[in-house]
Amino acid sequence: MVKLTIDGKAVEVPKNSYLIEAANAAGIKIPTLCYLELHKDKRGDNASCRVCCVEVEGRKNLAPACATPVMEGMVVKTDTARVIGARKMMLELLLSDHPQDCLTCGQAGKCGLQDLCYQYDIKESNYRGIMSDFPVDESNEFYVRDMNKCVNCRRCVMACSSFQCTHALDFASRGFTAHPTPPFDDPVSESVCVSCGNCVSVCPTAALLPKTKVKYRNWEVSRTTTTCSYCGVGCQLDLLVKDGKVVGIEPVDGAANNGLLCVKGKFGYNFINHPDRLTTPLIRKDGKLVEATWDEAYTLIVDKITKTKAEFGGDALAGLTSARVTNEENYLFQKMVRAGFGTNNVDHCARL
Amino acid sequence: MTNSIAEVVNSDVVFITGSNTTAGHPVIGARIRQAKQKGAKIIVAEPRVIDLSSDADVFLQIMPGTNVALYNAMMNVIISEGLQNSAYIEERTEKYDDLVAAVSSFTPEKAAEICGVSADDIRAAARLYAKAAKASIFYSMGVTQHTTGTEGVMSLSNLTLLCGNIGIESGGINPLRGQNNVQGACDMGGLPGDLTGYQKVANPDALAKFEKAWGVKLSDKPGVTLTEIVHKAGHGDIKFLYIMGENPMVSDPDLNHVEEALKNTEFLVVQDIFLTETARLADVVLPAASFAEKEGTFSNTERRVQRVRKAIEPIGNAKADWVILMDILNRLGIEKQYSHPSEIMAEIASLTPSYGGITYERLDQLGSLQWPCPTTDHPGTTYLHKAAIARGKGLFKGIEYKPSNELPDQEYPFLLTTGRVLYHYHTRTMTGKVDGLNALSPESFIEINPTTAKELGVNDGAKVRVSSRRGEIATVAKLTRTIKQGVVFMPFHFSEGAANMLTNPALDPISKIPEYKVCAVRIEPFDRVSDYV
Repeated sequence: MVKLTIDGKAVEVPKNSYLIEAANAAGIKIPTLCYLELHKDKRGDNASCRVCCVEVEGRKNLAPACATPVMEGMVVKTDTARVIGARKMMLELLLSDHPQDCLTCGQAGKCGLQDLCYQYDIKESNYRGIMSDFPVDESNEFYVRDMNKCVNCRRCVMACSSFQCTHALDFASRGFTAHPTPPFDDPVSESVCVSCGNCVSVCPTAALLPKTKVKYRNWEVSRTTTTCSYCGVGCQLDLLVKDGKVVGIEPVDGAANNGLLCVKGKFGYNFINHPDRLTTPLIRKDGKLVEATWDEAYTLIVDKITKTKAEFGGDALAGLTSARVTNEENYLFQKMVRAGFGTNNVDHCARL
Repeated sequence: MTNSIAEVVNSDVVFITGSNTTAGHPVIGARIRQAKQKGAKIIVAEPRVIDLSSDADVFLQIMPGTNVALYNAMMNVIISEGLQNSAYIEERTEKYDDLVAAVSSFTPEKAAEICGVSADDIRAAARLYAKAAKASIFYSMGVTQHTTGTEGVMSLSNLTLLCGNIGIESGGINPLRGQNNVQGACDMGGLPGDLTGYQKVANPDALAKFEKAWGVKLSDKPGVTLTEIVHKAGHGDIKFLYIMGENPMVSDPDLNHVEEALKNTEFLVVQDIFLTETARLADVVLPAASFAEKEGTFSNTERRVQRVRKAIEPIGNAKADWVILMDILNRLGIEKQYSHPSEIMAEIASLTPSYGGITYERLDQLGSLQWPCPTTDHPGTTYLHKAAIARGKGLFKGIEYKPSNELPDQEYPFLLTTGRVLYHYHTRTMTGKVDGLNALSPESFIEINPTTAKELGVNDGAKVRVSSRRGEIATVAKLTRTIKQGVVFMPFHFSEGAANMLTNPALDPISKIPEYKVCAVRIEPFDRVSDYV
């Protein structure tokens, strides 16, 4: 463990921690655009936005808290006039070539740049940057790439290269035109991108924005943490809900997924509120399935179970439970077959 | 999985066999690549060039159905070069001689001929695996969906025991389960011979415990498996069939036979979120809530129990499956009521030693728990067989290589193997409702090597008729060098041009798994306009 002092508070953190983590442990929030909270293995590797700078006693330059390892006896200040001045300048520089269309921007409400400009009272930039004019890339089925809104934080490149390991993106050009891109500035649909959306999930601005069927503001949605319902990996994710509809999904740092999702988990949610969902029981009458009440359906099913069992014995009944539903439901299903039908004829598609 | 997903990043060698991991389990595929970036060596044995092949230090493009031949030859190399972990074998295993007897004559040259790869590559893979301090194996249905599937798994188990990779962190033998809760469905007794936690119905003590808890007399006769249920339904021996959240009309082998069987069932109940191909044949269809509309737990491929939480109300008059099942149980005279799935979990925990310490309070507090978790102060188990192999000693089984049930011949000259694509899930009940996924993978296709295609007179994108002894379908030819000549591949997701119209329902005698991965087919180009369906 390493002992240090941050803003007068004594902090003790594990060796190899970064200053930003020590500050978090002390309850001091350090602003950042590039630090990857979701992916702890590479958390400080970006060190590109410089918004997290702090003063370290005895050092001439300000230090990026996300990439400065803690040292025994360090004395750190995070809220001096010099620190705040530097942060403001960094934000103004980032804002100098950033479109200021927050009124219609889909990221408003969870935009890192917008939030920090609010925090530091930056209404406009004192600098006039060269506004980029990148064509907006809508070629991906699930997300839009608008590099005019990129703050060059590197999070997307890190997510694609070091976590997803697909290597569809890297940086091109210099200065105001520097931007992350697939090779040769081709549309991303022509790259090796597998549409996992892990870059979209970590983008602090609207440079990478999911395409959604329902428009929503980030403050309009509620979040529920749950487990993905596709494959057996068990990724943890948040369902974003507006007006009783699932309108988006964001990854959570679960033990199995470590903050990653795949294309199905991230973008494959529109089946939930699909108009084809079954909404009422159906009973076959004269060869056709017609709408019925729950009571009618239950009565018919229980009647058939009872009669079949009485006439042919329990082994004339069988049930196929499901690898798709919960443990509790599987438990009740086999209980129904064993205790209710009177047979062990219960199986599911584990083999298929 | 004997081990946990997160452990793979610290493996020295990762052996992937019978799994197109980046398509079937994309996030685990990413973790394997993270391991590669940290310096792990990768071995891939697959019938097709998959994404992970480009990460592989040794890539063995084996013929489908020849897994056991490959593993036996790898073990032959390991033993003949003295690379086995003798101390581990001595201390932790038994019947080693059986293994030696089975593999001693199975040289890499012999396997090379059967598998269609070079003997030197088999040697390289064997040495790489054996010399690693921590080597993990990841496999999926490419190993199991064969008439010799169980033996394929046993053979992999031999390999891990031979090199002392069971019971260590970042090692192990790790089956990747295909569905979100296939592990849980097995754990919860969704198997004909097993009650919860794999307690056997034939075990009188276990049965008595459940009889007491449920207040009814239970049958001690193991039931029949899915494939046998379908078979019996076809013969009129199953008169009442209740299917929950499954679509055998796309997922089962030999679909013509399945359709006939389901139509022949006197009374069919289907409970699902959509009117699936299977639900269309039902006498009663019950509308279920999706995962977003209910509380519960799923158990993932690494035995990790995690919460499912309700985000929205059930759509229309749909009900959560647990509510429907409770209602029917109550009407059948089993009167226990549950106000929340946490109460069902409490009942499960009371009857299931491996889930004994799992409660909703702990799951909410800790995020997840991996079974075995016998008591409420147990932290769960990240990897199995740590102190000792669970059954006492790791058992070697001498496994002989046996060819697949149906191999190409003059009439059906191509070997068809099936699998998944990244953009769809199982029978597309869910992913088929997502526009973007349909755009990326719109229809059924068959992968054919360009040389084979040229002989057939088939161009890329052309419509072809594919037939087997069980049926015929129309699909689209996709020419690719990622597949060998003479072998063709189809995804099984699509109901139009369904691969499972063709597949062979021959079963593994032990697990009753069908041989989806190998059957013989004929391919013909559509040469007249009238051929088009």
